[in-house]
Amino acid sequence: MPVNKKIRELQEKREKLLLGGGEQAIEKQKAMGKRTARERIMALLDTDSFNEYDLFVEHDARDFDMDKKSLPSDGVIIGSGTIYGAPVAIYAQDFTVAGGSLGLMHSRKITKIMDHALKMRIPLIGINDSGGARIQEGVNSLAGYGEIFFRNTISSGVIPQISVILGPCAGGAVYSPALTDFVFVVDNISKMFITGPEVIKTVLGEEISMEDLGGARVHSEVTGNAHFFALSEEECFEQIKKLITFIPWNNSQKALAFEPGEPDKEFNINKIVPDDPTLPYDVKDVIRAIVDKSDFFEIMELYAKNIVIGFGRMGGRTTGFVANQPLEMAGVLDVDSSDKAARFIRYCDAFNIPLITLVDLPGYLPGVDQEHAGVIRHGAKVLYAYSEATVPKLTVIIRKAYGGGYIAMSSRHLRADFVFAWPSAEIAVMGPEGAANIIFRKEILSSKDPDGMRKQKVEEYKAKFANPYVAASRGYVDAVIEPSETRKFLLHAIEVSGNKNVTLPQKKHGLPPF
Amino acid sequence: MENQEEFETLNINSDLYKTRLSSKFRNRKSYKPADPRMILSFIPGTVIEIMVSEGQEVVKGEELLILDAMKMQNVLKCNMDGRIKSITVQKGARVSKGTLLIVLE
Repeated sequence: MPVNKKIRELQEKREKLLLGGGEQAIEKQKAMGKRTARERIMALLDTDSFNEYDLFVEHDARDFDMDKKSLPSDGVIIGSGTIYGAPVAIYAQDFTVAGGSLGLMHSRKITKIMDHALKMRIPLIGINDSGGARIQEGVNSLAGYGEIFFRNTISSGVIPQISVILGPCAGGAVYSPALTDFVFVVDNISKMFITGPEVIKTVLGEEISMEDLGGARVHSEVTGNAHFFALSEEECFEQIKKLITFIPWNNSQKALAFEPGEPDKEFNINKIVPDDPTLPYDVKDVIRAIVDKSDFFEIMELYAKNIVIGFGRMGGRTTGFVANQPLEMAGVLDVDSSDKAARFIRYCDAFNIPLITLVDLPGYLPGVDQEHAGVIRHGAKVLYAYSEATVPKLTVIIRKAYGGGYIAMSSRHLRADFVFAWPSAEIAVMGPEGAANIIFRKEILSSKDPDGMRKQKVEEYKAKFANPYVAASRGYVDAVIEPSETRKFLLHAIEVSGNKNVTLPQKKHGLPPF
Repeated sequence: MENQEEFETLNINSDLYKTRLSSKFRNRKSYKPADPRMILSFIPGTVIEIMVSEGQEVVKGEELLILDAMKMQNVLKCNMDGRIKSITVQKGARVSKGTLLIVLE
């Protein structure tokens, strides 16, 4: 055969395979409001940057007449490309081919690109849209999942791993996203659950819709399984691209630096925090008053809103922010917010991203439900994550820093490198009312005017402890600064921490309370 | 900001804070100590057999009822000596978790 004929033959073969499950299946996919796997990859990656591998892979099933069937590329597309010039490895399950079901060869394609990503030390992006295990392939399908989970775990903390849920992701399949760093979901498209509504109805007699059980909102607001919520696939891809700009390619690098820029003047840092420590404000305004160009990229925006986490840049360098949010639940630490913060702190530590912690919390949330949900164990995760982190740790105490909350929020005692406090800071064991009630219990009870006495004692306590100077006098706070000096102090702190070098004792691994 | 929004009050160690409350906090169940005289379903399922009747004297460990759930027949046993005050479900009833099944006295 002449070479040009062979080339034409290749082109024809490719053309056929590029259609995946065929035009009818593609129409069905579109009718569900979803893009095809290939369109998704093209929309996410830089134009013409995608190189596909394993296009010619076929499935390996022999039973149930499967050997007579062809499944183009076995229902998954793998390859590599770039996002804003940064290399990424990517796979996208193709729902138009056998419902994106996972069989042996399908999983081998995924694990091939995962191995590639780990070896080349580049981020991995997985787009999930699959009906689940290919039942006809039996244990081979389960083996496939296991191989994926193993690689997710081994790659964890070495390369960034991103999961995008753009369709069903049910049963065992959910554990791959759960093991990765960031999970993206889209309203009305993403569905994640271990057991679906059908099984729940049969076994337990409880009726629930797929959306209410494991839709995008549920995972963004209730379960905390998802980190980014979008209303459309397009918005989702923009979020992923933006995230990629903030994170390094792997754990031996730092995120690329950008042109620094001053924060927007609209966020006047002197005017955000009310004088009365019991009144709320939006701590995101404080972050926006500090970061470059007021550009703050929030993570898990809808879950456990009493703590805010996300990325911004300081002097052009990616920085992780953890901040109590007085606007929600007075900014308390509880089971969910502790879990949210701890995971993020560990992420930043794994990928060489300095941490800035903004403190304003009245303590832990009291309640039987919290105690019984294990707030001791979950709260301990924050202590563990901060103590263990060796990236630069900078703390700004804005207002309240009471009790265990003070210790947990990147205090000097957990080895914060720099602790700054605003003049409005109140560093104490508890709030003035609670403290006065305990310390002056006798005086208050024996007084002819208990209320008047209590008020007087509360004022006494406030005067003595509701300030940053007691902590500063012991060196627990390095500098008491004006709010308007915050950015300057933080920029300098990050600069001088650039070569921070801390060695922890040799160990196989620690035992964080999870 | 406080001019635009009505905040709620959260009490943390006697100090009162103005803030938003999460739906999780709002919907939390208030704690009730368990009453050993109230036999509740510990799992959603179907009552497939009731072995006792109202007014009957029972002793600790006596079998009261079979709850079919998760492909298992769960035998609920009496946790005290007493008398069946009332039976609040019928044979064949599908019950959710925490449903009152039998009251002892």
